[in-house]
Amino acid sequence: MRSRIIKLKLKQIFAIAKKNMKIYYFEPPVLIFGLLFPAFLFLAFYQGRQMPIDDLFPGLLGIIFFFGGSSVGPFIVPWETRTKTLERVLCAPISVSVLILGDIVGGFIFGVIFSSLILIIGMLFFEITIKSMVLLLLAIFISAFCFASLGTIFSALPTDKPSNVMMLSNLIRLPIIFISGVFVPINQLSSMAKLVAPLSPVTYVTDLMRYLLMQESYFSVTLNFTILSIFSIILFSLSVYFHRKTLLKRI
Amino acid sequence: MQNIIRVENLTKKYEELIAVNDISFSVEKGDIFGFLGPNGAGKTTTVRMLTGVFPSDNGEIYLAGYNLKDNPFQAKQKIGVVPELANAYLDLTALENILFMANLYGLLGSKVEKKAEELLNTFNLEDRMNDKVKKFSKGMQQRVIICMALINDPEIIFLDEPTSGLDVESRRLIKNIILELNDKGKTIFLTTHNINEANSLCNKIAIINKGKIAAINTPENLKRTIKSSQSIRVSFDKDIAFKFKDWDVVNKVKKEGDKYRIYTDTPDELIFKLTNLARNHKTKIRSINTLDPSLEDVFIKLTGGDKT
Ligand SMILES: Nc1ncnc2c1ncn2[C@@H]1O[C@H](COP(=O)(O)OP(=O)(O)OP(=O)(O)O)[C@@H](O)[C@H]1O
Ligand SMILES: [Mg+2]
Repeated sequence: MRSRIIKLKLKQIFAIAKKNMKIYYFEPPVLIFGLLFPAFLFLAFYQGRQMPIDDLFPGLLGIIFFFGGSSVGPFIVPWETRTKTLERVLCAPISVSVLILGDIVGGFIFGVIFSSLILIIGMLFFEITIKSMVLLLLAIFISAFCFASLGTIFSALPTDKPSNVMMLSNLIRLPIIFISGVFVPINQLSSMAKLVAPLSPVTYVTDLMRYLLMQESYFSVTLNFTILSIFSIILFSLSVYFHRKTLLKRI
Repeated sequence: MQNIIRVENLTKKYEELIAVNDISFSVEKGDIFGFLGPNGAGKTTTVRMLTGVFPSDNGEIYLAGYNLKDNPFQAKQKIGVVPELANAYLDLTALENILFMANLYGLLGSKVEKKAEELLNTFNLEDRMNDKVKKFSKGMQQRVIICMALINDPEIIFLDEPTSGLDVESRRLIKNIILELNDKGKTIFLTTHNINEANSLCNKIAIINKGKIAAINTPENLKRTIKSSQSIRVSFDKDIAFKFKDWDVVNKVKKEGDKYRIYTDTPDELIFKLTNLARNHKTKIRSINTLDPSLEDVFIKLTGGDKT
């Protein structure tokens, strides 16, 4: 009986993720905030400095992983409230945590595909050597999950206007980028910045990338992975917690 | 007969408003059960609790023998739902929509794909099954939503105002579908504020008003409960402006086209008076019938309002 229910839950998570991929991956706001936004951010930053572009890669990847992973999640639930598809799903034998996990997996796969594509393109055009392919994949996976969970938290805002959620998510995502020391290595940050940088998960992703691409990092690899795992668990739990509070108010 | 739906002391509040107030009822297997009530009576709220969309504040629900609170997974496998304001995913095709639902019930693979295609066939959508639903008319979308409700082969089917906003043809199709499903042994829980629909489809009707069940019975028995709503429909050869209401045998008068509908407790006395009246006005009665109370009369009497 228990194993049958677990099997059912896995099928449901997969079904929801697949549906999300078909519907949301090509929505203009997802593409704008997932793709164009990091590109502009990078260009804006690159313009002002006389730095070798290679030094900017780790930070750029941090931003791309961050925006890529968290760009699908904010939309799904508000959009489905608005289009009135949510109630039908809730009639099925499904729990809130499975529904949210399905949304997170949708964002996760987007993040993984998107990050990998950028990396592959980067490798084609620039001389990039990667210290460990396995660690790189692991880093992509964990950051995609972590940021997809974060993106899905935003969608717990009980509104049926995706633009409201977009506003909230950018209000939170932009400051996170700015405290994360993405283009300046942590050891070169001011002492004030050094204090806040560890609060952002992007800091650890960027630090990992620095290790993988430039063989130097501020934290140890194990510490980076451990903290990212802790962030993932916390953000996932918060996401389920908030949606449990607000999901039924949307009907 | 077996009670396939059993509801005990069901209550739901929205802050101060008691939308559903301590209702209990049961539905027998094979029934087409009508849940009839005016706007805001609490129909949709009840359906949402019965289908597990949200929990009740109080009370128990049993679906096909399973307690919805204790065994939500088993109970929900037994039901199919067409919610009041639901949509299919507009960016998915008709087939994808149905298969997505199937997946949520754990159904995968070629067998269920075949079943989905069969369903689309029955609903005359086979040519359009690979088109996105956003290209469909409202009636076609509603058919897709019904297919989505049937893919898990449910024993009980909940339909919340399934024909509202549809044209005559789509309505007729959906009515036929309901009858066919019932023929195959499915129990139907039909929410409606359309009295004719309830009268022509349902073999049992609950009338709900302000969160309470006002009456529950077969349509014919319901009509029998309100004797006082007997009426006479009469028309005269020439129009006589007469205040029928002034007669003390008359309860109420309604003008229906060129006819008058006069409600009374004593039809024979009224007929006598009407014949005299015609003679006094030097005219003839063109037509006259006595009418039994209609379901509409029952509805109006019990809900104290007009039909919506
Ligand atoms: N989400 C909600 N929050 C607050 N009040 C609600 C909510 N949903 C319904 N109500 C109120 O509860 C009462 C019952 O509503 P419900 O939707 O169940 O009625 P209904 O019988 O389905 O009406 P209709 O025929 O219009 O569909 C109404 O007074 C309605 O305003
Ligand atoms: Mg309703």
